[in-house]
Amino acid sequence: MKNTIAERIFDFLKNFPPFDILEKEQLLEIASNVKVTYVEKDTFVFKQDELPHQNFYIVKDGAIGLYRTMESDTILIDICDEGDIFGLRPLIQNDHYLMSAKANEESILYAISVEILKEIIKTNQKANKYIIASFSSNIKTPYAKTNSGNLFANIDTDTTFSEVQTAQYSKNPITCTKHSTIKEAALIMSDKKVGSILIVEDKKPIGIITDKDLRLKIATGLLSIDKNVSEIMSFPVITFPEKITIAEAQIAMIKHKITHLCITKDGSPNSELVGILSEHDIVVLHGNNPSVLIKELKRAKNVETLKYVREKSSNLLKGYIEQNIPITFISKIIAEITDAITIKAIELSILEMETEPPVKFSWLALGSQGRKEQLLITDQDNALIFEDVSQENYENVKTYFLKLSKKITSKLNSVGYKFCPADMMASNPKWCLSLSEWKQQFNNWITKPTEDAIMLCTIFFDFNFVFGDKELVTKLSKSIFKSINSFEIFLNFLGRNALKNPPPLGFFRQFLMEHDGNHKDQFDLKSRALMPLIDAARLIILSHNIKDKNNTISRFNKLAKIEPQNQDLYLSCADSFKILLHYRTEQGLKNNDSGRYINLNTLTKSEKLKLKGCFKPIKDIQDLLNIRYNLAQMM
Amino acid sequence: MIFNWFTYRKYPDFWKNYLKSFKQKQPKSIEETRFVVFDTETTGLSITTDRILSIGAISIAKNSIDVADSIEIYLKQDEFNTETVEIHGILKDGNLKKITENEAIKQFIEFLGNAVLVAHHTAFDIEMINAALKRMKLPKLKNKTIDTGILYKKLANKKDKLYNLDVLCDEFTIPKHDRHTASGDAFITALLFLKIISKLKKERTVHYSDLFRTSNNKGLI
Repeated sequence: MKNTIAERIFDFLKNFPPFDILEKEQLLEIASNVKVTYVEKDTFVFKQDELPHQNFYIVKDGAIGLYRTMESDTILIDICDEGDIFGLRPLIQNDHYLMSAKANEESILYAISVEILKEIIKTNQKANKYIIASFSSNIKTPYAKTNSGNLFANIDTDTTFSEVQTAQYSKNPITCTKHSTIKEAALIMSDKKVGSILIVEDKKPIGIITDKDLRLKIATGLLSIDKNVSEIMSFPVITFPEKITIAEAQIAMIKHKITHLCITKDGSPNSELVGILSEHDIVVLHGNNPSVLIKELKRAKNVETLKYVREKSSNLLKGYIEQNIPITFISKIIAEITDAITIKAIELSILEMETEPPVKFSWLALGSQGRKEQLLITDQDNALIFEDVSQENYENVKTYFLKLSKKITSKLNSVGYKFCPADMMASNPKWCLSLSEWKQQFNNWITKPTEDAIMLCTIFFDFNFVFGDKELVTKLSKSIFKSINSFEIFLNFLGRNALKNPPPLGFFRQFLMEHDGNHKDQFDLKSRALMPLIDAARLIILSHNIKDKNNTISRFNKLAKIEPQNQDLYLSCADSFKILLHYRTEQGLKNNDSGRYINLNTLTKSEKLKLKGCFKPIKDIQDLLNIRYNLAQMM
Repeated sequence: MIFNWFTYRKYPDFWKNYLKSFKQKQPKSIEETRFVVFDTETTGLSITTDRILSIGAISIAKNSIDVADSIEIYLKQDEFNTETVEIHGILKDGNLKKITENEAIKQFIEFLGNAVLVAHHTAFDIEMINAALKRMKLPKLKNKTIDTGILYKKLANKKDKLYNLDVLCDEFTIPKHDRHTASGDAFITALLFLKIISKLKKERTVHYSDLFRTSNNKGLI
């Protein structure tokens, strides 16, 4: 009998793994038994700790967020959209849901009976292997999106990175001896806040007790808590060597229907226990996990993969902001990823050159990337230093590095870090210089602080080493501080620049708005609130001769230690900066722009008050600069 | 309905079973009710002279459309209207497996049972089925019915206009695959039904009985 609806569902499913590797009849069988469900935005498909449904789900339209709640925090682990599968693992393992699934927007889901799938994977070995390896963790694989076509041609589609990665296990497993009582074991578990405890004998694991055992065997009154742990422990334990991959771990857990694996020295139960790997460790690893992204970067073979990871890191950022993760942590992670992308772009570019670099060089990130404060994707600012060479070689060497820089900057441009409109990039002959030339350049800026020079200083002073020979950068730093010390009035000029933007509030405690241009009547968050803090931190840290602090927040924290008398001010500056940066990122994500300009009409009363609260330290630090550098006279 | 033993005895078994199914206690909540969403393709719009060419029907239970619980029937008809072929695409002697009208109605009634019938602009499709039943000397359908067109008006608080399926597909962002095939339209209507109910629920508590009530408190049939 003709079945138009099933055919339509078949046509959809066949585009997505694992359905794409099923036989036609098998897939048609699945398609004719699909249940179609509609979920309104913000409603749950299932909740964490619920018993599993009869079906797992594939997203037809819309987006489903997977959330995990631990204690009081709810973390967005993943977002499933068209073609992504979720909710499969608990069905195969007969376990509770580890996560909640909630519709982030209205969605249509195809619910597929797990029984049919089980029947099919019994006969289809390929599908069996694939499903267990890819979908066992309840989370989509990083490359489940097949609509990217052959974007990842350099990646074997049968194994995703995470599966071949070595799993990160806990290296300090909580243990007790076989002579302990159940009560003692439970006390250790609650003291260490863990859900499982290993029973060891001569350092070898002989059994395991999990929360589940306590729930099923003790809380039900089956056994007394004074009994020996051996009465309720599960044994023998399943052991693996340290080099276990995530895929192996998942398969082992599913095969044995367990949630913990013991890691021993040689992988056998008869050798010393070195760690424990829980299902949770894998779940965490599978999500938008920065270390996974960094590892993906290290293996990347082309710009498309870099671009993919960059986009993925934007999701990560979104998730972090949504969960209110501290901004210092977020900026560290994002900076780490940005650096890793840059390093990979450099490595790929060097490979494309006909020869190795003729001399040592180093690649610098400037401006916000240099300060590790670049959260939203912005233009690139960078520079290159190469080792001093003899005059006859100079031309050749410079040509080489300019050519290399062109490759690098255009790669970064394709990844999404657009070319700097002011051409502050290493591909510009002005910013691709030998060490001596750079020393001279900085010395010029410092001793002849014209307005342009000062402006360039604010960008170039926040340089950060990304790739190459670090020694070159250290030498440059030393030389810069020497120049500053011999020409101290430079700091006053820098100070004047820091006061260029007056405090953001006018006389009547009104926000100062932009008066003209494209952003008329908007509030310029970057130049009125963030820059004054960035500039102040840079100036004062330079005045203290501190070389290795490039980040506004760590600069203020450092200053709070050096000048205890101003500790409160510096710490409140750091706090303000955190809030403002968080706010800008949020705005940028919301409006899909740089987050720089804010339309005040869109803010709620409390948001306005919060912003105003951040402005007080800006006013105070500007007062401090005014007095310290006697700036009133210079203005 | 006045019970007439004499006519009852003459009914074919499938109709007797159909009548029996209404004696069972019927669920009174949206979740437990089996809804059958259906659509027909016909040779034209006249209830007396035109004929059904195909019936597509799919069930909804527990807020899910159950693809396994669906039928798609193509009918052998002597009546044929070349003008509507371009709408429904069913040829008189196409490759589709076709069955007689009597057999088709029997299968449909067996599938339907005591479910609540849902269609977009129910009146026409139901009249077409009733006309076929009449040719088989059988009475009219007994099922409760819901018209998604009217349900939508209730949601949007609109009175006068008629809303065709295309307009509502756009409004509810439902892809118009297989539009103008009976099964395709039934599936689209089923999605529409789920979406409208869910939107109605968001506005207020929706009781089972609300589905059968228009704003002026008349039944929908």
